[in-house]
Amino acid sequence: MQPRNLEAEHFAGYPPEARKLAVANLALLQQLPLGFLPGFLRELIDYDYKFPQERAAIEAELVVLNALTPEQRAAWFAPFSNLSLSSGLERFDWINQPAQFLEQESAYLWTTGQQDAFRKAATQYNDRLRATSPAAPLPMRRLGIAIIGQGVGSWDAPLFRNLRSHGTWFKQIDPDKGFDLLLAGVEARARAHAVPYGHWYVDGGQAADHSPHLTCLSYGALEPVRSALLNYIQKQIQRPGMGPEELRSSLARLLPADLGVEQAVDPVLDRFRLKLLTEGSGTQIFSTTFAQWTAREVLRRAQPLTLLVRFAPRQRQRPMNELLSGLQGITELDLPGSLIDADMGAYYHWMNQQRLPGSEESSFLVWFEGHNQALAIAPTLPRGVESASAINLASLLSLAAG
Amino acid sequence: MTYIDKVSAREVANRLSCSRRDFLRTTAGVTLGSALMGASPFLRAESARRKRKVIVITFGGGARDQETFAPEGQENIPHLLQELIPQSSFFTQVTNQGILGHYVATASLATGVYETLNNFSAVPPDHRTVFEYFRRDLRRPAHDAWVVAPSNGFNRIGESSWGQGWGATVVLPKRLLGVATSGKTTDYDHLLHDNYETPLYVPQLAGSEFELQQLETILQLSVDDFIQHARTLSSPDELSVYIAKRLMRLQAPSLLWITMHDIDIAHSGAYSLYIEGIRRTDRLCAELWAAVQSEPEYAGKTTLLILPDFGRDADEDAGGNGFQHHRTGDAASRTTWMMALGAGTRQGMVFDHPVQSIDLVPTLGAMLGFSPSQAQGKVIGELV
Repeated sequence: MQPRNLEAEHFAGYPPEARKLAVANLALLQQLPLGFLPGFLRELIDYDYKFPQERAAIEAELVVLNALTPEQRAAWFAPFSNLSLSSGLERFDWINQPAQFLEQESAYLWTTGQQDAFRKAATQYNDRLRATSPAAPLPMRRLGIAIIGQGVGSWDAPLFRNLRSHGTWFKQIDPDKGFDLLLAGVEARARAHAVPYGHWYVDGGQAADHSPHLTCLSYGALEPVRSALLNYIQKQIQRPGMGPEELRSSLARLLPADLGVEQAVDPVLDRFRLKLLTEGSGTQIFSTTFAQWTAREVLRRAQPLTLLVRFAPRQRQRPMNELLSGLQGITELDLPGSLIDADMGAYYHWMNQQRLPGSEESSFLVWFEGHNQALAIAPTLPRGVESASAINLASLLSLAAG
Repeated sequence: MTYIDKVSAREVANRLSCSRRDFLRTTAGVTLGSALMGASPFLRAESARRKRKVIVITFGGGARDQETFAPEGQENIPHLLQELIPQSSFFTQVTNQGILGHYVATASLATGVYETLNNFSAVPPDHRTVFEYFRRDLRRPAHDAWVVAPSNGFNRIGESSWGQGWGATVVLPKRLLGVATSGKTTDYDHLLHDNYETPLYVPQLAGSEFELQQLETILQLSVDDFIQHARTLSSPDELSVYIAKRLMRLQAPSLLWITMHDIDIAHSGAYSLYIEGIRRTDRLCAELWAAVQSEPEYAGKTTLLILPDFGRDADEDAGGNGFQHHRTGDAASRTTWMMALGAGTRQGMVFDHPVQSIDLVPTLGAMLGFSPSQAQGKVIGELV
């Protein structure tokens, strides 16, 4: 089926808000090429479970696309229209299963050598969209905080190597009550500018007590869900004919209730939790991966004003000789490995934050927990320098966040 | 978003190439090759060609510049830098224009054609493999071409769908270990979780893979000794190198292909494990080169080629998640390197011009004297 044949009843399976939006924009959707539309529908079909920033982005995109003249629209979508798709893809139920369609389309594009053309088309489209919708000013400077190295006693190897050229490296930090001070600073920001899903606290271990103004996710609290998911996967892979694509599709169909994620209080957050575990590679196994991936997804999707991520030690990867020994030892932690993971995770946290509007004004702080090293990036702080100033984390936070 | 340079993929590839070249020139003391090309040192005499051995190592699982040849990555590859590169012809810009999945990309390396098979299926390549050309054209026996590969998905890589029995024998050391230890360890399943992209999926085997009972007849290794030795090793790639060395000693194949895979643990998202994988692979490459020097059948007449199947996503690409995957198709994930050392190669040379991963098979053909009729790459002139 081609988009031009779309009718309102085709969206009967969509959740109510998504359906309303699709039907209201049916004339537009009919004019979009098949090489593009399922990508848009993948976002639209989850509209009811999206964060406010995502909803606003979908609505803004529709406004822009509706305002294009036919000539402009043809120019915008020509690279997608020029993609050659198979008849099998055309027959696929891309309306109700857009994510699965995109997986198959991606495989087809790779196979037929069109992946680079698609990538170029998507990049060009996003650039055009951004140029037409300038971001509104933020109510406050965006702030990211990463706390790394929990439990590590001493560490001689260099830290923050990827971030040093962007900020000031403080070497005389007073670590006393460091986490409490940072959390308090984040809570103060949340109280001052209360925004739904605007201020987050992510913990790779068990979450500390925190203000209800913060949206909180922790690896520890998701333990029952992770176990349920791993059991589900084990059962699935034992089914005849199960392959990686089928397994991925099966995971994509899971709902929060299937794994006991549903808390009936916040369906948006329930869905988000589930996707972290079903779409994130390694998030089910390593807490450091969970913290890094969660930070990425929170930034990409919720676009928060504040994001505090506290990495915790992950389990140790057992070498082959230990696995062969057959001994079922207790799960050990890999403290040095976790610090290296988290150091890179902090860099990615900053990178992903910089992809959001207002990046020129945003601030970032990473602290080696319990130690006297931290690095701060802010428009007001010099870059690529070291500071021997004795300072505590509350003062450093004020310095960075303004 | 000023920190991200908006440059074309070609420019990025060139920058990657330049950063490797500059680094190698200053650190390893190698020379830029294009201006200094002289007569080929390659041994063209037919008798020498017949005695020639070639070992190909895929630096497996994909590794990026910043963790290898860029200045900040040099600490991870001390053996490549200090021991192997000074003896090598090094190609700084090897691009892979095909599908960036490990099995399909390795199959493309082995056929000289960008294969389009399903990366997660145990199916043979659609085009003739280097092993078939080598054995058929040169009338070589079955024991002269071997593949040592990490995961079950690679068990069909020895011979194309064209069949006819001219392929290589494929050894899957982990699979052997799995069969050998079946019922003896509760963690057997973990050992087979070697496809890090889909860590819980183990494809069914079909093909002419090396059987357990051949351990004794071909490798002169009892099952107990095999298990005992495996217990001293920390990773699947160490097991692969162990098997490769046994093959070299006892079968002395003229064409040996070893696929490493430990680095692909990066898909788990743990950066430290990815780095560990790179360091281990670096060490194992040097171990294999040392084995070449110590084996009379190989010393002085072996060409070793080391190259990754592809890279990994750049940190700057918003569509990916940095080192974790190779899904974006960006320049960092498509641009890698290759080193060639040993018989017939020029030492300490760096070549900047672009070559493609599918150029490997035609180049091997020119080295060894077979005609890869279906291969679509070009001969790399500096190696023949």
